[in-house]
Amino acid sequence: MKKAATLVSLTAAFALSAAHAQGVTLTFACDSVGQGYDECKKGADAWAKQTGNSVKLLQVPKETDQRLALYQQQLGAKSGDVDVYMIDVVWPGLIGQHLVDLKQYIPQSQISQHFPAIIQNNTVNGKLVGMPFFTDAGVLYYRTDLLKKYGYAGPPKTWNELATMAQKIQAGERKTNPKFVGFVFQGKNYEGLTCDALEWINSFGGGTIVDPSGKITVNNPKAVAALRTVQAMIGTVAPSAVTTYGEEEARNVWQAGNSAFMRNWPYAYSLAEAPNSPIKGKVGVAALPAGPGGKPAATLGGWQLAVNAYSKHPKEAASLVQYMTSAQEQKRRAIQASYNPTIASLYKDPQVLKAVPFFGSLYEVFTNAVARPATVTGGKYNEVSNAFSTSVYNVLTGKSAPDAALKSLESQLARIKGRGW
Amino acid sequence: MTTTPTSTRPAVRRSRGLQASRTRVALLLLVPMLLVLAAVAGYPLLRTIYLSFTEYNILQDPAPKWIGLGNYWFTTDEGVGLGVLQTPEWWQSVWNTVRFTVGSVLLETMLGLAFALIINSKIKGRGLLRTAILVPWAIPTVVSAQMWNWMYNDSFGIISQWGQRLGLLQTGQSFLSNPDTAMAALIAVDVWKTTPFMALLLLAGLQTIPSDMYEAADVDGASPWTQFWRLTLPLLTPALLVALIFRTLDALRVFDMPYIVKGNAPETMTMSIYARQQLILNSQFGFGSAISVMIFLIIMIFTAIYVTSLRVKFD
Repeated sequence: MKKAATLVSLTAAFALSAAHAQGVTLTFACDSVGQGYDECKKGADAWAKQTGNSVKLLQVPKETDQRLALYQQQLGAKSGDVDVYMIDVVWPGLIGQHLVDLKQYIPQSQISQHFPAIIQNNTVNGKLVGMPFFTDAGVLYYRTDLLKKYGYAGPPKTWNELATMAQKIQAGERKTNPKFVGFVFQGKNYEGLTCDALEWINSFGGGTIVDPSGKITVNNPKAVAALRTVQAMIGTVAPSAVTTYGEEEARNVWQAGNSAFMRNWPYAYSLAEAPNSPIKGKVGVAALPAGPGGKPAATLGGWQLAVNAYSKHPKEAASLVQYMTSAQEQKRRAIQASYNPTIASLYKDPQVLKAVPFFGSLYEVFTNAVARPATVTGGKYNEVSNAFSTSVYNVLTGKSAPDAALKSLESQLARIKGRGW
Repeated sequence: MTTTPTSTRPAVRRSRGLQASRTRVALLLLVPMLLVLAAVAGYPLLRTIYLSFTEYNILQDPAPKWIGLGNYWFTTDEGVGLGVLQTPEWWQSVWNTVRFTVGSVLLETMLGLAFALIINSKIKGRGLLRTAILVPWAIPTVVSAQMWNWMYNDSFGIISQWGQRLGLLQTGQSFLSNPDTAMAALIAVDVWKTTPFMALLLLAGLQTIPSDMYEAADVDGASPWTQFWRLTLPLLTPALLVALIFRTLDALRVFDMPYIVKGNAPETMTMSIYARQQLILNSQFGFGSAISVMIFLIIMIFTAIYVTSLRVKFD
């Protein structure tokens, strides 16, 4: 009896390993922010089980600039070590020539389910270099309990309102919690600050740094007013140390219950509403405030899945991409981890809306998000973004005045532009 | 350091054939090492120098394009300076690096000397003490930098908590976030980490000083203070200078710790961080190589200064 059982299990083990031997092993550079790694693993494992292949998930840097620096080196060296990359919405122009055209592997019917604007963003010289995985837009998180406690009916509509409300709540809460601050966001000098600052400037009506025709527009009175407003918040309602915060540092402060407002991406929602979160059930999400006479602006973020052109298994890699970006997987990720789908019909799905109510109320925000000037500046986008975020950083730390900073930024951008983008 | 010609000339005359064959064998034995050195140090250096004269975006340009000195100094028709020597960010990073180097090396030398003297004296538990002070040096920089990053965190960090309790910091402030104190905060991390290394080098120097000199000084009635200034310090100078060279060169090319703690923040951007930003993030291999060559030249100048001053001391 015992012998028979051993025999059966041995045979099973052999059969399994044989199945494994047939499949290929893909290397997948996915996510690491919040529960990004775990959620990628769940999806990739499901695909692996279905197809008999296996997936090795890489630990990738948390911040987008650092990921890009790493991937650029790998792709520049024509390395096939990583088969599938998760790429930022601003990268197709930078690394597109090192990625596979997915149109040859993924049926058109599945491609056209996704938001056309993102598909267009991911198309470089007629090549579809990435399938939309999730989209992102900056949103304002607020504490519903605290707004009620201090007599506010709803979230702030303008930046000045936000400052006033944050000031009042902070003054009240500090009596019992000396660590309490009004507002946190991403103020460290990196790509995240570019996103945040674009929102401030655009919501004041100050444009998008470089306009779609390639003209440098950042030095204008509305942009100066936007930076002046935010500069005044530092050290009053926002902690001075916000200039050392990325996404996760801001979320740590907010999720510990130490902040009234936070600007962040939608991923933070499911974490703040997790069973062990101190602020569970007290989380509100709204569109970001607007400047005087402007309208709210949210920077378009989001991530795509791409296949490395030097991969040894492009077919399997494309199949993994197809699975990970399918409606079924995007729905699972939306419900379990509040990742924004890139498929319009999922925003009407009752199960998704029940799990993440603001996907319905903020649908307009997600579909009208403001793009960073990545398309027009092409291969020079990184330099533009570096120069922009450094100038804004110097304003936040008080090292330079808004008007002077934007004036010198303008000439710096002219220098980067040279004879053309 | 070098043998003077006068001492070898007679020997050469006496046995030219033997000497020559010895030289040949020596050269032959040296060849593999020289080849390896040329491959791992010479080629990258020459390649970097070559690339610094080209315009080359690694992601977009198929091959480097020769532009001469354009990466160092180039003014467009509109009067905009594009060269690295005309870039304020570069000079800012040089100034940051110099501040970091002077601050950290000075403090490390003084503290390291103090530690070395303490460990060298015959006190109880000296072995344990020696091991204990090495702990910071043994922790990988990435780990210790991240650890300090957390200690400086304005909301959860212990240093910010102390600072706020003492009234030095407001709520939400940290020594790292204030651009005026950020560099000092980084120097503190480096001093914590590298003082043990300095102490160890100086301890080795102290142990080469023969103890009978101190006995003689005791007999002559010299106070410990006089003994330190007239005996210990002069005899320690060679070891001290070697330690200084090591630390200065290390500090001039510092990258990991400031980058982990402060990223690309302009007030703490060192030369190496700036080079990385241009080379890797912006994939400007030409411009980035020009920065690397500048760093190479600056470090070479420092080395030359030290080496010449060393020779003066030895003569």
